[in-house]
Amino acid sequence: MSIDWVALGSVFGVSLVVTVALVGLFTLGISGLSHRERAAAQGQSAGLAVTGAYACFAACAAAVAYGLYLIMA
Amino acid sequence: MESFSLILAIVVVTALAFDFTNGFHDTANAMATTISTGALRPKVAVAMSAVLNLVGAFLSVEVANTISKGLVDEAGIRPEVIFAALVGAILWNLLTWLVGLPSSSSHALMGGLIGATVASAGFGAVHGDVLVTKVLIPAIAAPLVAGLAAMFATRLTYRMGKRADGKSAEKGYRAGQIASAGLVSVAHGTNDAQKTMGIITLALVAGGAVAPDSDPPMWVILSAGIAIALGTYLGGWRIIRTMGKGLTDLQPQQGFAAQTSAATVILASSHLGFSLSTTHSVSGSVMGAGLGRKGGVVRWSTATRMFVAWGLTLPAAAFVAAVAEWVCGFGSWGTAAVAVFLVASSAAIWKISRREVVDHTNVNDDEVPGEEPSGVVTQAMAAVTPPPAGAVTGDLAATIPAPADPAPPAKTTV
Repeated sequence: MSIDWVALGSVFGVSLVVTVALVGLFTLGISGLSHRERAAAQGQSAGLAVTGAYACFAACAAAVAYGLYLIMA
Repeated sequence: MESFSLILAIVVVTALAFDFTNGFHDTANAMATTISTGALRPKVAVAMSAVLNLVGAFLSVEVANTISKGLVDEAGIRPEVIFAALVGAILWNLLTWLVGLPSSSSHALMGGLIGATVASAGFGAVHGDVLVTKVLIPAIAAPLVAGLAAMFATRLTYRMGKRADGKSAEKGYRAGQIASAGLVSVAHGTNDAQKTMGIITLALVAGGAVAPDSDPPMWVILSAGIAIALGTYLGGWRIIRTMGKGLTDLQPQQGFAAQTSAATVILASSHLGFSLSTTHSVSGSVMGAGLGRKGGVVRWSTATRMFVAWGLTLPAAAFVAAVAEWVCGFGSWGTAAVAVFLVASSAAIWKISRREVVDHTNVNDDEVPGEEPSGVVTQAMAAVTPPPAGAVTGDLAATIPAPADPAPPAKTTV
């Protein structure tokens, strides 16, 4: 009986890193957007935060696209 | 299609029935968190999941040709064996749905195959080492991996998201949950609908209706996709309630972290060649998300019942399948008896379920399903045991009403 510890270990590592990274990125994006909401409420602009936010969301969208690619492959 | 024998037709119909139960059993995997956090309305959520399951069924043509994953010798498998395996798997799916517990449909199917194969060809035809590496280890690993990932992700999102509030945060978490739930739905459609396609194709090959090593015919792909989508749309509301509300109370941040973790684990595991069950991953990630929030609680009594059900899945399905295969061995009337028994007990389970209806209207009610902490084992045993007893004596007419007996008090409207 040979348990594929390497495969199991890599599943563990990859899942942990990817999940935390994705959720972190997404939260960052959301923070950026709520920063804009607050700024807009005070009549200011928050260009940098918004650009950063959309960059984060784009990275997440890329991850989802890669997921779909994996499903199809 | 000339040589389309009766037993083959029965196997195909049963396989589609299994596909259907698979669909409504696993709706919870994709949509429970989305529904319980209110990101989508229940009906919209199951409709979206159904469509994505259907899409998933067509996405890949790489058939799950090793449906049994090398658990049993597929070489000498006969249509009757597949039929018996499906009977065991369907009954276990319905039973766990009745008590509202998420359990792996794949494990039920594998258990059914093991049981039917043992009854037909003896223990030698089952590969015990594969059983450990492909079933037992993943069943322990999946909730751990998904749970830990979800726990860290939940902690992170609460810590980082302190300054995330207002409309945009609400909208953001909603979109994130929908996206990751959608991904789980597509992956489920691809994996599980293909399992059924594989079974039907295997049966067709075994029955000589199609040439060996051929791709599944178009009607198989189409009907398997539609069956799983219909099942998904019907929605296993009992299981959704357990997963979304019963295990822990989820806030949008947790729902997002849990679903992202589940989607990542499912895709990473199937891609890296260590397949983990969707159900186990999602259950684990929901509990992980529950532990990750300060003040979050996991209801361990519900979780324990779920773990017990996981442990029982394989042996229970195997047992029913073995008896079914044994009865089928008596010839055509045996097969007919098993078919009648399957229909009758499914009807009985459905009837019992009407005593306490769970649907899209009350799926988010706070009441924790089933207040009997130790009930699942006894209930499962009680409901699983009658079939063998009845089938063995061949006293079908007397036994079939038995499971239905508790039903009469159910005067609720249908």
